[in-house]
Amino acid sequence: MTADPKTIAAGHIWTFPGGIHPPERKELSNTYPLRELPLATHYSVPIKQHSGEPGDIIVRVGQTVLAGQPLTQVGVGFGLPVHAPTSGTVTAIGPGRIAHPSGLPDIVITITADGKDTFAPPLPIQDVATASRADLLEQLRQAGIAGLGGAGFPTAQKLALQRPLDYLIINGVECEPYISADDRLMREHATTILRGTDLLLDITQCPQALIAIEDNKPEAIAAMQAALTDYPRMQLRVVPTKYPSGGEKQLIQLLTGRQVPSRGLPIDIGLVMHNVGTAYAVARAIDHGEPLLQRVVTVTGEHVAKPGNYWVRLGTPVEHVLQVTRYTAEINQRVIMGGPMMGFTLPDLTVPVVKITNCILVPSTAELAPPQQEMPCIRCGACADVCPAQLLPQQLQWLAKAKDYDGLNQQNLFDCIECGACAYVCPSEIPLVHYYRKAKAEVRNIAREKAKAEVARERFEARNERLEREKAERLERHRKAAEARKQAQAEAVKAGADNPQDAVQAAIARAKARKAAQLKEQQANSETDGESS
Amino acid sequence: MSVLTAILVFGGLALLFGLILGFAAVRFKVESDPIVDQIDAILPQTQCGQCGYPGCRPYAQAIANGDAINKCPPGGDATIKELADLIGVEAKPLDSAHGAEDVKKVAVIREDECIGCTKCIQACPVDAILGAAKHMHTVIAHECTGCDLCVEPCPVDCIDMVPVPTKPETWQWDLQQIPVKMVATADQES
Repeated sequence: MTADPKTIAAGHIWTFPGGIHPPERKELSNTYPLRELPLATHYSVPIKQHSGEPGDIIVRVGQTVLAGQPLTQVGVGFGLPVHAPTSGTVTAIGPGRIAHPSGLPDIVITITADGKDTFAPPLPIQDVATASRADLLEQLRQAGIAGLGGAGFPTAQKLALQRPLDYLIINGVECEPYISADDRLMREHATTILRGTDLLLDITQCPQALIAIEDNKPEAIAAMQAALTDYPRMQLRVVPTKYPSGGEKQLIQLLTGRQVPSRGLPIDIGLVMHNVGTAYAVARAIDHGEPLLQRVVTVTGEHVAKPGNYWVRLGTPVEHVLQVTRYTAEINQRVIMGGPMMGFTLPDLTVPVVKITNCILVPSTAELAPPQQEMPCIRCGACADVCPAQLLPQQLQWLAKAKDYDGLNQQNLFDCIECGACAYVCPSEIPLVHYYRKAKAEVRNIAREKAKAEVARERFEARNERLEREKAERLERHRKAAEARKQAQAEAVKAGADNPQDAVQAAIARAKARKAAQLKEQQANSETDGESS
Repeated sequence: MSVLTAILVFGGLALLFGLILGFAAVRFKVESDPIVDQIDAILPQTQCGQCGYPGCRPYAQAIANGDAINKCPPGGDATIKELADLIGVEAKPLDSAHGAEDVKKVAVIREDECIGCTKCIQACPVDAILGAAKHMHTVIAHECTGCDLCVEPCPVDCIDMVPVPTKPETWQWDLQQIPVKMVATADQES
């Protein structure tokens, strides 16, 4: 079927290659309504929670801050600020745990809560209808809104690209097992999500929106359908349950039959996608002036006594979340941030919840087996069958092991979305995605080193040039000084002064005369000697 | 007659091609030896001089003139392999006479010990040290190539070469992950 506009408008659902059907396990958490997580005693707010540059810190240790007060500010261009999640005192600024699989520290602002939770006065946009596009984008940037679907790309930056658009896609698919944060948000805040979608349509000057939900969320579908009657520019699309249909490229293929070009962006084919959580945050930021202070986090797994979806302030330590939800740890208990397919195991529980944290999973060994011993590849080809990007996972794995980076580029390593479907079906328990992530990091490091070497080369050449120039200048200066001296002498002689050259000549003449005299004397002596002998 | 025609035709052709070649030589003149540029692009640009040449470009020139390709410790085996591919010679292991491959390092001046002699500034091949006579000097860390050349001239030995710390952006996934142990919290113990 070709991807003509009429078929898209008629609601045809295409398909994408590969994909898997892992156990969904969403019933653990999706039956409880959204709850506010009680405040923690302290919060650690990493200054970088999005993809891009962190802002400059504008608070000092000891300063009291209000909830929603910015802790960092950004200049023009890339970057997003972070805000105080509650009122209290800044007690430390320095390296601390961040939500990153490496467990490496980064700059974190620690806030000790005063328990009053006093909010800074919100600064909503006064008249949204007449506000300029630039004002709205600035409002979103100052609110610190990053894509809440997972990548954490600054939303204002994504919206700032001005290209003709066919569709805005709002992603409520949530295909990863266990997670139900978007599901609950859609059930309970459908109108706010659609209000945010409306604003996004205005900002992007896009004619229409598609809202995609997987068919395993009937309540969310019903809630959104009911709210949609007020918004004629939007249509609902129900997609069949399959992992990873919530991936950006996969969902685009499902809804429009179009394929995002390799290394390209959806905007290249006239589409832009935002998560339902982002749409909600956009509505809150523009209509209510609320910065991004909290998000819905699914806390789930068999070792949590009170699973469900919670509004968690950004910067809340995972430890606090798990204490409130009463978890029980077994030996070598793993705590996973994100889902079972794409999440990562936390190094310890001081890691804070950040803008991209959609789930905290505390599984038992029985429900989620720890990784087994890697065995040799038996070339069954199961991984290639399930790859949604139509890559060759085996080939990539061998090339990654051989560190053949040219080969990996030829096999389009960077089109891998790291969904983990290949590793899920692998009978040999090969951690395929780990190999790809490592290879990607190495390729990026090599590129970074190359860029740095280029700068070093330029600086080296500039320095050599400078040294040469300085040397030439010095010689030139000396030559000029000598010339000037000569000229000054010549002029002095003309003016009637003693010519130093004359003195030299006189001295030479004197010396010559003396020598001649000596010679004469010697000759005279020898003559007298000869006569006497 | 036919002999004359042949001579004229071939003479004419020779003249024509001569003109074309002459024109091409002027029009498409190559400014510098491109192979040197290509070699220079592969070298790590540390400018450390461990190869025995005063910088990467002179070494690139030397390689183009037939010098060995295994004299660059900062580049290590990866650079040797790339060079071997480029100029079509066999990759050799690194010549240990020029040093061993090491982790990436950056120079750090112990600033309270610096006497402001400017000797390190003069030694730095990439102008990555900032300071003035009788004033404290400091290293611009992201411009430092870790070449080690500033350490030796320092009269008070206040320059350390420290390994570049890994940041979350430069971190590599570790395949041999150590199983993570959970520490029991106060809540659980009660």
